[in-house]
Amino acid sequence: MDFMIDFLFGPLKEIWEFPIFFVEVVVGGILTGVMYSLVALGFVLIFKASGVFNFAQGAMVLCAALTFVGFHELGVPQWLSLILTLGVMVALAFAIERIVLRPLVNQAPIILFMATIGITFFIDGFFQMVWGEDVKRLDIGIPKEPLEIGGVLVNTFDIVAALVAGTLVGVLAFFFQSTRIGRALRAVADDHQAAQSVGIPLQTIWVIVWSVAGIVALVAGIMWGSKLGVQFSLALIALKALPVLILGGFTSIPGAIIGGLIIGVGEKVAEVFWAAKIGGGIEDWFAYILALFFLMFRPQGLFGERIIERV
Amino acid sequence: MLYREAGQFKTSYSADQGIFPILQDRIGMAILLAVAFVAVPLLASDYFLSTIFIPFLVFSVAAIGLNILTGYCGQLSLGTGGFMACGAYAAYKFATAFPELNIVVVFLLSGGVAAAVGVVFGVPSLRIKGFYLAVATLASQFFLIWLFTKVPWFVNYSPSGVISAPPREVFGWYVTGIEATAEAKYLFCLAFVAVLALVAKNLVRGRIGRAWMAIRDMDIAAEIIGIRPLQTKLLAFAVSSFYCGVAGALWAFIYTSSVEALAFDINRSFQILFMIIIGGLGSILGAFLGAAFIVLLPIFLSAVPQAMGVPVTTSTLAHLEFMIFGGLIVFFLIVEPHGLARLWQLAKEKLRLWPFPH
Repeated sequence: MDFMIDFLFGPLKEIWEFPIFFVEVVVGGILTGVMYSLVALGFVLIFKASGVFNFAQGAMVLCAALTFVGFHELGVPQWLSLILTLGVMVALAFAIERIVLRPLVNQAPIILFMATIGITFFIDGFFQMVWGEDVKRLDIGIPKEPLEIGGVLVNTFDIVAALVAGTLVGVLAFFFQSTRIGRALRAVADDHQAAQSVGIPLQTIWVIVWSVAGIVALVAGIMWGSKLGVQFSLALIALKALPVLILGGFTSIPGAIIGGLIIGVGEKVAEVFWAAKIGGGIEDWFAYILALFFLMFRPQGLFGERIIERV
Repeated sequence: MLYREAGQFKTSYSADQGIFPILQDRIGMAILLAVAFVAVPLLASDYFLSTIFIPFLVFSVAAIGLNILTGYCGQLSLGTGGFMACGAYAAYKFATAFPELNIVVVFLLSGGVAAAVGVVFGVPSLRIKGFYLAVATLASQFFLIWLFTKVPWFVNYSPSGVISAPPREVFGWYVTGIEATAEAKYLFCLAFVAVLALVAKNLVRGRIGRAWMAIRDMDIAAEIIGIRPLQTKLLAFAVSSFYCGVAGALWAFIYTSSVEALAFDINRSFQILFMIIIGGLGSILGAFLGAAFIVLLPIFLSAVPQAMGVPVTTSTLAHLEFMIFGGLIVFFLIVEPHGLARLWQLAKEKLRLWPFPH
């Protein structure tokens, strides 16, 4: 009983006594959450436009980061290796559309999901074979000193990352809402057949959307890579993005951001204040349980399209 | 010409409802069982038994379990590894807490524990569907593995966190522990698999299986024709987790003898999902074919470069294996999205006509 009281109310007391520390934890959580959203965005883009649950997004983050660092290590200046990596990501999108998606058109979603897991294995193996598997340092010149804002310590790097993510979302929103291609993408997302019948080329759209997802993966890869170092574990970030994804809804870009914030804050607060009492290491599953809790009330995620079922 | 149902008349209802209505199938099955029970343990070496046949059997049980849930009931699950871990740890606790309990009973009880846990994690499936559910089942995967790693009670406070199977005997033969021979382990496993597969086959072709399939094809329509989604889905979770739990117990006790929670991590779940997709969703035979494929593939992949004398470093080899594995998965999905079981069906169609063209 004492344990239960201590477990439930102890941390609350702690929060009450050190509000500044709590704010710091929350801000840290928000900034980490934005980083999760970066990865989740890639999933959302592809799911929206093709209904494919692309498990390979994590592998794409890894491959983008590896390629970027790999070119740079060969002596290519950073801006050029960025362009080269973009080229690689677009080529990857072309290859995936041509080799995997086109033959599998009209298959059940689970088959496409499995195919993307196959792609994950392939990308993981291929890019690690090409660029090697040791941890690489990635430095793009963002300062990592802590910054004090109103008594709260914040890492400069995290703020820059959040700004980058915000810009990216803004650009994507503009791209989706106000360009011709964006309109075509939304049409395809709405209804494949109807879009095709008004003359939107489905295959081109898929290449575009996978390329955009590749670019998002590149941004996520650079940000996460300069935070953690470029190594295989980058691919596992996909597992962090999945709860964000179901919490926000598979089809919503703002959902990915809000979901990321909720997961980031929830995870950090639980980790800092509660985890020690039950043995620690809860970051693997806490986000999933949190997302599950939200899903019990909104099965399509917070901002997902309402699932309407008819017989 | 040899494989035809022509001329085989059924004169009773029970004959009509047999699992193998065609004589040739019955003969084939009898031969297969004879080979599995007699020829394999006599002919295969210890090494083959313990590195190929036993893991194949263990994986088959897990694949049947997941196939019941995903293939028959349509609930995509990525938590198989967690339920296997449940079975393994429950078996360990039962076996150490009640040393006089027969090991068969221990395995069945541990399957029961896994089933109970499966029901708990299956409850969200009533609200959450499709890929949302798939991601939600990852919660069970990560949570259960964390639980078994962090709570020392599950491993009887052993400092290494590894559970090792205590020696137990069935009919005077050791089937677990160091003294158990590979043959005894194999036969014990095989007996389990044979019985469980028979039960599964009968479940899926009866009323329960049809209810599962109705839920899979369209759950609202199924509800309207009078199938209760709550009971049906939870039953699928329970039966599936029971099989996965038994598979986990077999894994820990028979295959590896000592195991830690990480053996049942998310890669295990994916591996078993691969098995049922490659083998064929909604097919018991498919579970076996898929398990055989996934067990044999890495062995081939690592044996081929050695046999050809190509010098490759181990890390390149590992990456190459990854690549080929992923490539093959995609290739198989493109060539035959309905899995190996479908190929067997096509082969049967061909056999019906053979050697005539029409």
